[in-house]
Order: sequence, then structure tokens, then C-alpha cells
Amino acid sequence: MTGASTPSMFAPVSTPAFAIREVSFLVLAIATFIFVVVAGLTVYAIIRYRRRPGDDGREPPQMYGSAQIELAWTVVPFLIVIILFLTTARYIFAIEGRAPTAQALEVTIVGNQWWWEIRYPKLGIVTANELHVPVSDPANPIQTFITLQSADVIHSFWLPQLHGKTDLVPGKTNRTWIEPLVPGTFLGQCAEYCGLQHAGMLLIVTVHPRDEFAQWVAAQQAQAADAPAARAGREVFVSVACINCHTVRGTPANGVFGPDLTHLMSRATIGAGVARNTPENLRAWVKDPTSLKPGALMPAMKLSDDKLDQLVAYLVTLR
Amino acid sequence: MSVLVPPIETPEAAAAGAGWPARLHEWVVTVDHKRLGVMYVVAGLAFFLIAGIEASVMRWQLAAAGKTTVSPEVFNRLFTMHGTTMVFLVGIPIVFGFANYLVPLMVGARDLAFPRLNAFGFWAFLFGGLLLYFSFLGGDGLYGAGSAPSVGWFAYAPLTARAFSPGNSTDYWNLSILVMGFGTVATAINLITTTLTMRCRGMTLGRMPLYVWMMLVVSGMTVMALPPLSAAQVMLLLDRFLGAHFFDTQAGGSAIMWQHFFWFFGHPEVYILMVPGFAFVSEIIPVFSRKVIFGYPMVVAASLAIGFLSMTVWAHHMFAVGMGSPLNAAFAASTMLIAVPTGIKIFNWVATMYGGRIRFATPMLFACAFLFQFLCAGLTGVMLAVVPFNWQVTDSYFVVAHFHYVLVGGLVFTIFGAIYYWFPKVTGRLLSERLGRWHFWLFVVGFNVTFLPMHWLGMIGMPRRIYTYPADRGWDFWNLVVSLGVLFQAAAVLVFVVNVVIALRRGARAGDDPWDAWTLEWATTSPPPPYNFETVPVVGSRRPLWDLKYPADPDGPHE
Repeated sequence: MTGASTPSMFAPVSTPAFAIREVSFLVLAIATFIFVVVAGLTVYAIIRYRRRPGDDGREPPQMYGSAQIELAWTVVPFLIVIILFLTTARYIFAIEGRAPTAQALEVTIVGNQWWWEIRYPKLGIVTANELHVPVSDPANPIQTFITLQSADVIHSFWLPQLHGKTDLVPGKTNRTWIEPLVPGTFLGQCAEYCGLQHAGMLLIVTVHPRDEFAQWVAAQQAQAADAPAARAGREVFVSVACINCHTVRGTPANGVFGPDLTHLMSRATIGAGVARNTPENLRAWVKDPTSLKPGALMPAMKLSDDKLDQLVAYLVTLR
Repeated sequence: MSVLVPPIETPEAAAAGAGWPARLHEWVVTVDHKRLGVMYVVAGLAFFLIAGIEASVMRWQLAAAGKTTVSPEVFNRLFTMHGTTMVFLVGIPIVFGFANYLVPLMVGARDLAFPRLNAFGFWAFLFGGLLLYFSFLGGDGLYGAGSAPSVGWFAYAPLTARAFSPGNSTDYWNLSILVMGFGTVATAINLITTTLTMRCRGMTLGRMPLYVWMMLVVSGMTVMALPPLSAAQVMLLLDRFLGAHFFDTQAGGSAIMWQHFFWFFGHPEVYILMVPGFAFVSEIIPVFSRKVIFGYPMVVAASLAIGFLSMTVWAHHMFAVGMGSPLNAAFAASTMLIAVPTGIKIFNWVATMYGGRIRFATPMLFACAFLFQFLCAGLTGVMLAVVPFNWQVTDSYFVVAHFHYVLVGGLVFTIFGAIYYWFPKVTGRLLSERLGRWHFWLFVVGFNVTFLPMHWLGMIGMPRRIYTYPADRGWDFWNLVVSLGVLFQAAAVLVFVVNVVIALRRGARAGDDPWDAWTLEWATTSPPPPYNFETVPVVGSRRPLWDLKYPADPDGPHE
């Protein structure tokens, strides 16, 4: 839908995801080694000691145990566990202990059934479902620190190429961070079952070069468009229930239950990633959101076709 | 209705002369541990078929991207019911059903210590199970069409709050599990008492069959772990009906507290289900290798260690909730540590096979597949304890793969092995070896084709519990493979059902001891009489039947 590829944890683009891949390779190697050794011994025992044709039916010699052997296969796994634990602890503290630098970008993400509210408190930007962050480079690093909260149930923030999961828990504030090292578009989605449309809570992150990110910020900080040609649609928008849930800055619409629509058309998708953001899909969405996303909590607006056309004509001006 | 049966008549003889209402009455009013055990296992297998059908519908939906054969509502109910059914209505009853049947026989007792409590436990379980499935009709209460719960089998707060789960479907989940919990605790207490007080003469703790040892550990874990869940469920009831705020985050309750309660039950629960699997193979592998278990004291010690450690690992389900680094590290340590006693057991089983003359009858085939698949499950378990890796794959298909390797590759395989092993004792007839091999190979292939690729799907970003997924994620191919594996598994289960039906009608007579085994249950007839043993046995070692068969070389001096 967006030209991005499979969100594999083995294709990291961000510092914590690289660290995770590193420790994952280590533990995969250890696990594979143990599997080969133990499975090999088992296969050997099965083949070597199978009952063969012509067996005389006598019982084999009975071995009741051996203290030395049993001690050995207790101590060796114990040592492996200690090594693994120390490595794990080092990575836990290194990744979770990272503190934001002065120039770090601060983002707050609030989980909702079933969409993401994305706020940039220091930049005065509110958007939804599509996270935009600047790329970091070793000479001039800039991390993005993310504060995670939930408005209803538990959700989980997961962008496999950028970092592992952190849950969004109502009544609790969590933190995570990313530091993408290459520009591009990367996919993720909610990873904690959060009700009916858990599957329809997709997440897209766009990593911009620095100047492009600055342009994006400037565009998002601008007031909402107010094209004279779309005045009729604007009237529809502010006169029906839309404004109870949605905000369009500079209009009476200041609801907070649904996504901020000030720059709706800057987003590639609607419904938290379930459909492309085209005028046709917008029209279908406003007419009946459940046609694109069964169970979506936005009610069908029950507008006449004329008003629907006017409203969509207004929405598409919100660039 | 009231057909009086003399107390010393065999079940077969009693049934032969009576019509079906009388026979049904016999089964309903029974307090005999063997009949209750059989009913537990049969009910568990019936629920196993239902849960399998639920899983098959989900796999049909996920076979390709964007399929919406079933609606999200239905899909969410399916995975909730599948998980709840497999854990509470399949795993627990089958595990405790076998223990019901086998523990008194293995310790040379005539019944469990509290036969009526035992019957209560079974009927509480069955009532709970039927209540859960009644939710399909009654879930929405008076104002809806009715539906099953859709909150997932661990029912995380606050999704279970009235605000997010209106209607009664969540209450059906809550109450049915609560009722079953009481029954399970009753059975666990019964097993502990029986094991500690009703062993026959000569059977010291150190001479108990490993199966009995492990079920003692399992029962201890059950008594420790289930009441916290019941307590949390009572709190949830109060939240939902009386407006308490234990888990109601909108009023200051804690969502995390539910997770602590649930997993304090939920992780020992994994071992409550898995240690019985260890117990089955600890009986099967020695008999079919024709060798005494290698390192009996060490296997007992490892079981006890698993029992203790399993109480300390629960929060490894919560590495992503933001517990902070010190707690994350602590639970990583306890989780990795539990791999040590588990590994010890695998080594002991392989060492038992070493130097043996292994007879690959169907029970042993299942035990061997268990060794490989459980090894895989254990290793992915250790990987999941590596917290940074866990952040990536928790709540993804990797975890789905991991716990199906534990509970299917580990537990279900050993249950099938145990059924092939003890079926002759219970019914007096042998299951067909030829059909058994078909069952085994179809199931091995189907199981691995289904669950092995899921590891990879999780690592490339597929979260669990999604009813559909977009086409641009690159998950199509492996999902199709996963779904194709279901066909083999379904065929395997069908072969199994056919095998059982044929064996019950015209299976070969088993005799008392078809496997040339060593524990006490093989010393009585197949099926055993209601009083189990004509004379209470006296044992002198861990393998009383070995001593009988080889009086010149008894086990006692070697122990």
C-alpha cells in the first residue's frame, strides 16, 4: 500500500533494532548449537539402539544412573545460562537506559480503539497513524523519544525494523526510543489484542532526511486550508456531528475522540492504514466507516449524497 | 432406573445385563476413580475436536491476505474459545483424568482418598465447559443474538471492563473458568492426599513411579497457582457487576495487576500441563527401551525444581509492559534457570534410551517425536527469555509457534502416546499399530508444517490475533503453508478416531500386561476391577513387576 517492504526484525534500520538483532543472532546461534548436539545424540540413540530383527528378547544391561555424567549435564547448561543471562542483562540496561539528548525529538503516541494519535508536544503538531521522524547520522545523531499512553485498553507499539514492542497501558506512561539511520517508509501495527479491529490498527513510519522533515513540520504547523470553493463542505462539516470528535485547527471543530483532520490529506491512508486516502475512499468512509473497517467506532453520518459530495470536496482541501 | 449392582462386579458385567439408561445412570453417579478418569479424558478429547475445528476456521481465514470469510467478531471469538478450550477444557481434564485413573493403580490403592470430591471435581469441570459453550447462545444477554467471549484466553484488563465488553459474553468466560478452577483444585488436593497417605506397603516416596512423583508436583503447583486466578476472577466479577475498580483503569484501577494475577497462575499452568507430559514419557521411554530410567533421583529432583522455579517466572509474559530494567532482568534470570532442570530431564530420557533395545510401538513413536519437538520448544523458550529478543517477538506468531511446540509438540504428542500406551489397560483391547503409525506420521508432518513456519512469520512482523492482514506485508506464502499443515493434522486426528472406534469394537485382546511393563497398574486385569487389586500389593523396588519377572536380579539392591 505504501511501497514499504516486509517488517522483518532481521532488516533493522534503527539503533535499538540493530542491538536486538545482534543479541538475537547470538542466542539463535547458541540455541541452534544445542539443538544440533542434543537432537544428534537422540537420533544416534534411536538408530543405534533400535531393536533389530532377530533380537533374542533378552533385556539389555540396566544402567541406574551415574553421578559424574549427571553432574556434567547439570553444570554445563548452568554455565551457558549464566553467560546468556549476563549478555541479556547488558543489552536490557543499554537499550532501556538510554536517556534523551538535548536535540532529541519528543513524540507522544496515544493508543485508541483502533487508531494512533501522534502528538509532537514541542512542535505543536497533532496527527494520526503515520509517524514522521528525522533520520539520524553518526556525525549528527538525533533520536526520537516516544511517550506511550492509552485512552482505552492496552495496545502495543511495534515497528520491527526500528525497535521491539512497548505496550500502551491505560493509567501508565511508558517510554521507548528509536534512532533510524536510513530514510524510508517502514511498517508496523498494534501488537496487543485490543478488541474488534485489533488487526486494523496499522502503523506507518516515514523517516525523512533532515531538510525534508523540517518541511513536513512546517506544513503540519500551518493553519488548515480554507479554500473558498469548498465553503459549502466546510459548512456541512461544522454543522453536523463531525466536530464532536474531530479537530480542524482554525474552525469550531475541536473534538478529541477522533483523529485530528487539520492536515488530513497529508496522510497516505485512512482508518489507521486500512484504506488508501483517496477521495472515493474518503466518501465511502464518511458514508459508512464500517464498509472499509467493520466495527470502526465512528458512526455512519447518514448525509444526503449532495452533502456527502460537498463534505468530501472540503476534506480533500485539508492538505 | 435403580438397578442395584453388587459392589464386586466388574463394569463390563454390570453393563452387559442392563439397558442404556441404567448404564448411563451408573456413569453419572459413579465415584470410581477409573470411570471418572475415563470421563475426564473422553470429555477432554471431545473438546479437543471442537477446539481443532475452531483453529481450522481461523487457518482458512489466514491462508491468504485480505480474506474475510469470517467477520472480525467471529474470528476474535474463535481464538478466544480455541485458547480457553485447549487450556481449560482439553489440557487440564485430560492431564487430571489420566492422573485420576493411574495414580491409585500405580500406588496400589483402591481409589482416590476422597472419591466424592473427585466426582465433584469432574462435574464442576464439565458444567464449566458446557457453561462456556452455552455463551454462543446466551452471551449477549437478553438484548442480542448471543455470542461467545472475545477477550482472548488471558482476558487482559481493561478490555474485559463493561465499557469495552458489554453484554454477558465476558462473564461466561469468567464464571466458567472460576467454576472449573474449584474443581481442579479439589482434584489436586485429592491427588496429593492419595499419594501421601494411600501408598501400598513397601512403596516409599523414593519408590514411587516417576509418573506419580510428577503428578504430585503438578498437584502442588495447581494448589498454589489456581487460587490467585480465582481471586482475580472474583475481582473481575465485582468490577463488572458491583462497580468495583480493581482493574477499571478509567477509575484508577490497574491493568497491570490483572496481568500479574493471571500470569502468576498462567505460567505455572504451562508446567501444570507440561510436567504430566514429562510424566508420560518417563513411563513410556523406559518400558520401550527395555531399560530402567537413568538417574531416577535426579529426575525427581528436576521435577521438584521445575515446580518451585515455575512459581518465579510469571512476569516473563510482561517484558513489553514497561516493568523497568531490573525486573526485566530478574525474570529473565529465573526463566533461563528453569531451562536447567528441564534440560536434565531430556538428557535422562536420552540416556535411558542409550544402550537399550528400543521397540518402536506407537507410544514410543510419540515419545520420540516429543523429544525433538520439546527440545525445540524449550530452546525457543530460552530465546524468549532474552528480553530484547522478546520485545520483538512477544505477541507475535513466534510466541504462537513456541507455545504450540510446548502444548502440542510436547503435551498433545505425549497424550496420544499415553492413550496408545494405557488404552489396553483401560479397555482391555489394543489399538491398531498400523493405524497408529499412520496417525503418528500424519500428525508429525502436519504439526511441523503448521507450526514451524510460524516462528518465521513472527520474526518478520506478524502479530498474533489478527483476523486478516494486508497483502503488502509479505506474509502470504508462509501463511498458506501453515494452513496446509492443518489438513495433515486433521487427517491424523481422523485416523485416531477411526482407530479408537475399531479397537473398541474388535481390537485385539490386550491381556494384563501387553507392553511387558513394570509398574503396578499392569499387575491387575485389563480393565481393572472396581477394587483394582484382589490383594493389596507389596512392593520392594521402583519396578515391582521387574522384580516379579526377574526374581534373581531385583531392582532393590541397585537403588
